[in-house]
Amino acid sequence: MSILVNKSTRVIVQGITGREGSFHARMCKEYGTQVVGGVTPGKGGSVHEEVPVFNSVAEAMRETGADATVIFVPPPFAADAIMEAAAAGMPLIICITEGIPTLDMVRAWDFLKQTKSRLIGPNCPGIITPGECKIGIMPGHIHTPGPVGIVSRSGTLTYEAVHQLTQRGIGQSTAIGIGGDPIIGTTHVDAIRLFNEDPKTEAIVMIGEIGGTGEEEAAAYIKQHVRKPVVGFIAGQTAPPGRRMGHAGAIIAGGKGTAAEKMAAMRDAGIHVCVSPADLGETVASVMGVASRK
Amino acid sequence: MKIHEYQGKELLHSFGVVIPRGRIADTPEEAEQIARELGGKVVVKAQIHAGGRGKGGGVKLAANPGEALQVANQILGMTLVTHQTGPEGRLVRRVLVEETLPIKRELYLGIVVDRAAGKPVFMASAAGGMEIEEVAAKDPDAILKEAFDPDRGLQPYQARRLAFGLGIEGPALNAAVSMMISLARAFVALDASLAEINPLVLTEDQRVVALDAKLNLDDNALYRHQNLKGLRDTNEEDPLEVEASAHSLNYIKLDGTVACMVNGAGLAMATMDIIKYAGGSPANFLDVGGGANAQQVQHAFQILLRDPNVKAVLINIFGGILRCDTLASGVVQAARAVNLNVPLVIRMEGTNVEQGRQILSESGLKITVASSMKDAAEKVVAAARS
Repeated sequence: MSILVNKSTRVIVQGITGREGSFHARMCKEYGTQVVGGVTPGKGGSVHEEVPVFNSVAEAMRETGADATVIFVPPPFAADAIMEAAAAGMPLIICITEGIPTLDMVRAWDFLKQTKSRLIGPNCPGIITPGECKIGIMPGHIHTPGPVGIVSRSGTLTYEAVHQLTQRGIGQSTAIGIGGDPIIGTTHVDAIRLFNEDPKTEAIVMIGEIGGTGEEEAAAYIKQHVRKPVVGFIAGQTAPPGRRMGHAGAIIAGGKGTAAEKMAAMRDAGIHVCVSPADLGETVASVMGVASRK
Repeated sequence: MKIHEYQGKELLHSFGVVIPRGRIADTPEEAEQIARELGGKVVVKAQIHAGGRGKGGGVKLAANPGEALQVANQILGMTLVTHQTGPEGRLVRRVLVEETLPIKRELYLGIVVDRAAGKPVFMASAAGGMEIEEVAAKDPDAILKEAFDPDRGLQPYQARRLAFGLGIEGPALNAAVSMMISLARAFVALDASLAEINPLVLTEDQRVVALDAKLNLDDNALYRHQNLKGLRDTNEEDPLEVEASAHSLNYIKLDGTVACMVNGAGLAMATMDIIKYAGGSPANFLDVGGGANAQQVQHAFQILLRDPNVKAVLINIFGGILRCDTLASGVVQAARAVNLNVPLVIRMEGTNVEQGRQILSESGLKITVASSMKDAAEKVVAAARS
């Protein structure tokens, strides 16, 4: 009852000896994720957070059988870390790093497209299949296993949605943060396609924000292919045009990428669009016919 | 990061883009002197970080050095209001004085990173002088596009295709092609997020010149362009935003009365939205980030309270990396350090929320604790009204 990650996923941490990498490797392990190793070039052979550290992703994969990697490498080196993982044949690459130069991502993405690797992020909280596997920085304890798939460009706003669901006794199949950057690996459409194909996901929550056209593309896909109920929210209804709202990708440019446009496209696709972010949990409960506990 | 037209032109010129002869002036006398050097007839252009300067009266022709002095005198020190400055406008501190050219045609060239293509895209249009957004809205087919690889650059055949598409012929063709390739090289080498030449002019004597230039640089790449950091002009930014950026806080000033401090950009936008939904208006966007410490929270708090329009403050934190106890200590420290004279509503969830709530309740400060986002928005909007 999940997409992309589950209890058999074996994870390595790129940048495991850094502050963030150490802390979150520990948090993921405590959640129950199989963290099987780490990579820090030059520190191969050592042990950190009770797992072996390797000099390269290729070596880590060979020695541990890892099939996913999570990247906590600082922005100047993160695109290289992504490409190293893809070159090693890593099936799933999750990049948490925020602040990667856009042209670095252009190069990394171009490289990635020629491989079989799937990238989630960058500038994202990661992915979690509640009760099985947490790869990322989200607080694990707010999640609960269940039938709702969540895809979002935002970190904390995803936690908010998860929290509202969990409070109502509605669990999540998988929650995936696709990231707030202009160039990202997995898009809304990709995640929604996976949730649509997952027999255990019964409803989908899609959280977008201003900037780009990812939500419009997802709406078009949903209109054509998805029969599961979809609940949506777009952050930035009050955002002024021309200003980057924190995320590098969250900007209304040239009158395009407004919340109003996205919400209209989503409504047209039959998505239950919430105007207020506080209504996400209640709306999911009502479309699923679940009697709310609150 | 935005930079001024004259800075953008100098940078582009170093990559081979042809620009008009001219120089920057701080005083009317300097403008007069430059006009004399350029042979008399000049254009005087206000240097602010906003478009629409011409319509706002910030770009004027002068027929001789004396007129250049007069015109520069009018523009320097004026508060220029354009559709991009907001009603408060911007103070003009410098003018660019340039030669005038015998213009035959005005075209548009621009480069941005296209999200869908995942690549830089070169755009060209025959509607020079018009904003590309306007062209895109009215007649999207009038914009010619060529995606290019950053390391291979814009290929000559692509530039020719654009030039032919714009109807450029004869001796100007090669000049235009070389200009486009230079612009693409500059975009990549400088890690720009936007590069625009609008208008690019074809002159009666078959020259191709960048009459205007706009360059925005990718903030995330500035670490590898130490020489470009000095081009930032903090006079063009809101003073509170400048201070926030010095503390690595993402703050954008808005014109409402409910200040908000949130962790995460998406939740920060959603908090602004719910304040509006509850009948209030947000005073700002503020993302303290995922890894904020107590000191940053304190700085953030102080910045919020310096906005005189603020009638109430809402703190909405979903603790992930940023733990609720860290936030709570920061807020308590800050509330003691500044004279907190507006109502404060806090909503916290997530990691260490119990410790956080305890710190708040033991602080003795007058803080309203809200149970949910909706509850928080309603409470803070009511507080801002009373």
